[in-house]
Amino acid sequence: MDGENTIIKIENLTKTFMGAQGEFAALDSVNLEIKQGEIFGVIGMSGAGKSTLVRCINFLEKPTQGTVYFNGKDISLCTKKELYALRRSMGMIFQQFNLLMQSSVLNNVCFPLTIAGVDKSTARGRAKELLSMVGISEKADAYPSQLSGGQSQRVAIARALATNPQVLLCDEATSALDPATTRGVLALLKDINKRLGITIVVITHEMRVIQEICDRVAIMDDSKIAEVGFVKDIFTKPKTKAARRLILPEDRPMGGMPGKRCCRIVFDGNSTYEPILAGMILDFRMPVSILFADMENIEGKAFGQMIIQLPENEEVADKMIEYLHLKGLTAEEVFGYV
Amino acid sequence: MFNPQILNMIGWGILETLYMTLISTIMAYLFGLPLGIALVVTDQGGIYPMKHLNTVLGTIINLLRSVPFLILLILVFPITQFVTGTTIGPNATVVPLVIGAAPFIARLVESSLKEVDKGIIEAAESMGASPIKIIYKVMIPEARPSLIIGSAIAVTTILSYSAMAGIVAGGGLGDIAIRYGLYRYQTDIMLVTVIMLVIIVQVLQEIGMRLAKIGDKRK
Repeated sequence: MDGENTIIKIENLTKTFMGAQGEFAALDSVNLEIKQGEIFGVIGMSGAGKSTLVRCINFLEKPTQGTVYFNGKDISLCTKKELYALRRSMGMIFQQFNLLMQSSVLNNVCFPLTIAGVDKSTARGRAKELLSMVGISEKADAYPSQLSGGQSQRVAIARALATNPQVLLCDEATSALDPATTRGVLALLKDINKRLGITIVVITHEMRVIQEICDRVAIMDDSKIAEVGFVKDIFTKPKTKAARRLILPEDRPMGGMPGKRCCRIVFDGNSTYEPILAGMILDFRMPVSILFADMENIEGKAFGQMIIQLPENEEVADKMIEYLHLKGLTAEEVFGYV
Repeated sequence: MFNPQILNMIGWGILETLYMTLISTIMAYLFGLPLGIALVVTDQGGIYPMKHLNTVLGTIINLLRSVPFLILLILVFPITQFVTGTTIGPNATVVPLVIGAAPFIARLVESSLKEVDKGIIEAAESMGASPIKIIYKVMIPEARPSLIIGSAIAVTTILSYSAMAGIVAGGGLGDIAIRYGLYRYQTDIMLVTVIMLVIIVQVLQEIGMRLAKIGDKRK
C-alpha cells in the first residue's frame, strides 16, 4: 500500500431485491473502506452478496440504502452524465470476459475510448499500447472467438484500463480459468497495481486468489461483512466461523483415526521448504497423519496450509506444537475438524 | 398458349412482386426496427425499463398480429385509399403490407436483440456507455447476423403476403395466379407464377443466409 487515502468508502450499504418469496437482502448494512493503491479482496460463498457489492461500487446496481463514496463524493448525487464519467474512472472485468464478439480485439479495446469521445486514431494508438502491455499485441486483428480464456481476460483487462481508471473492479475474473492461466492473470493484475498504482478490488470465492495478490480482505457471509483485515492476519488467525469455513478445506476425512487433536500449520512464505514435518516425526519417533495439505513452492518459499492429526498422547501433542512454533511456523490447534 | 403477351405479363408480374416486396420491407423496417428496439430497451430487465410503455407497445403489436392478413387487407382500405388514392395495384398493396409486416418485424428484431449476451451489455454500462450508445454500438452490431437472418424471414413472409393481395387485385404474380388459375381455370399459367414465387423466395432466403454468415465473427 502506497497511500493511506480512502478511495472508496461504503457506508451502511443495503440492497434488497424482490424475489419469489418476497423481499430479500443481498447486502445488509455493509461498511467498508478501500484505500488508494491497495489490492482489496472480497471473498465469500456463492450467494453471499459479493457480486452485488461490487456492482454497487460503480452503481450498476443502485443501493436501496446507504452511501458509496468515490474520492469523497457521494455517487448517488451524481447526474447521469457524471455517473457515466465516473464509471470511466473505474474499469471492470468479469468472469465471462464479456468481449464484443463481432469486434476485433483492437476494436474491443478501442470501444470504451470511442464511447468517451476519443478520436479514432488516438484510440487505436492507445489500444495498441495497452495490448502490448498485457502481452497480446499479436492478436490485435483476431476476434474473441479465436482466443483462449486467458487471452480473452487479458483483452478485457486492456479494455478496462483504456480510460485510465483509478480503480479496477474484478468480478470473479479468474473463476473460468485453469490454475496456470489464473496465475498468469493474477501476476498481470499485481503488475498493473504496482506499475500504474491502480486500486484493485477482487471479488472471488477462492482463497488462493486472495492469498496470491491481495493486501487486505473482507470476508462476506450471508449478505454481511464478517471480518476485514490484512490477508496474512486473517489467514493465520481467522476470528469468525465464516472465515474459518473459507480457509479450511471443505471435504473432511471420516473418522477411524487415533487422536482427536489436530493442528493447522500455515506457511506464509517466511519458512523455507525444509522438511520440518519429517524432522519432527524423526525427533519424536511418533507418526502424524496429514489430513489436508495445500502447498505451493513460490520462488523457494512455502505458501499454503496443512492440517495434521496429532498423536493421542497429550504430552507429545503439546510438545509437537511447541516444536513447530520453535521452527518459526504459525501453528494453531483446530478443534472439531475430525 | 405462352404467347409473347402472356410472357410479358408474367415478366411484369415478377417486377411488380419484387417492387411491392422490397418497398414494403424497407418501409416496414422503418417502423418495425425502432419498435423492436423499444420493446427490448423498455423491458423490465432492459437498459431503460419503462413498464407501461412496454405493455402498451406489446399489446398494440399483438392486436395487429392477430388479424389475419387477408382481413387486414380489406380492413385498411380507407387508409390505403387515403394514402395512395386507390385500393388496387402494387402501390396500394404496399400500405397493408407495411401495416401487417411492421409488428411482425418488431417481434423478429426483439428476439434477435434479446439474444445479445446480458454480460456484454453490462460491460458496456460499466464503461459509462449511455443507453443510446449501447443500442447502436453494442446491441445492433452484436445481433447483426441474427438481424440479417430475421430480415430474410421478413422479406419472404412479405412476398407471400403480397401474393395474397391478388384477391383484391393487388398486382404482381399473386394477382395473375388468381385471375388465370382461379377465375379462368388456366392452371398452366398459375403453375408458372407459383414456380416463379418459389424461385424468388429461394433466392432471397439464400442471399440472407449468406450475408448473415459472412458478417458473423463467432465461429
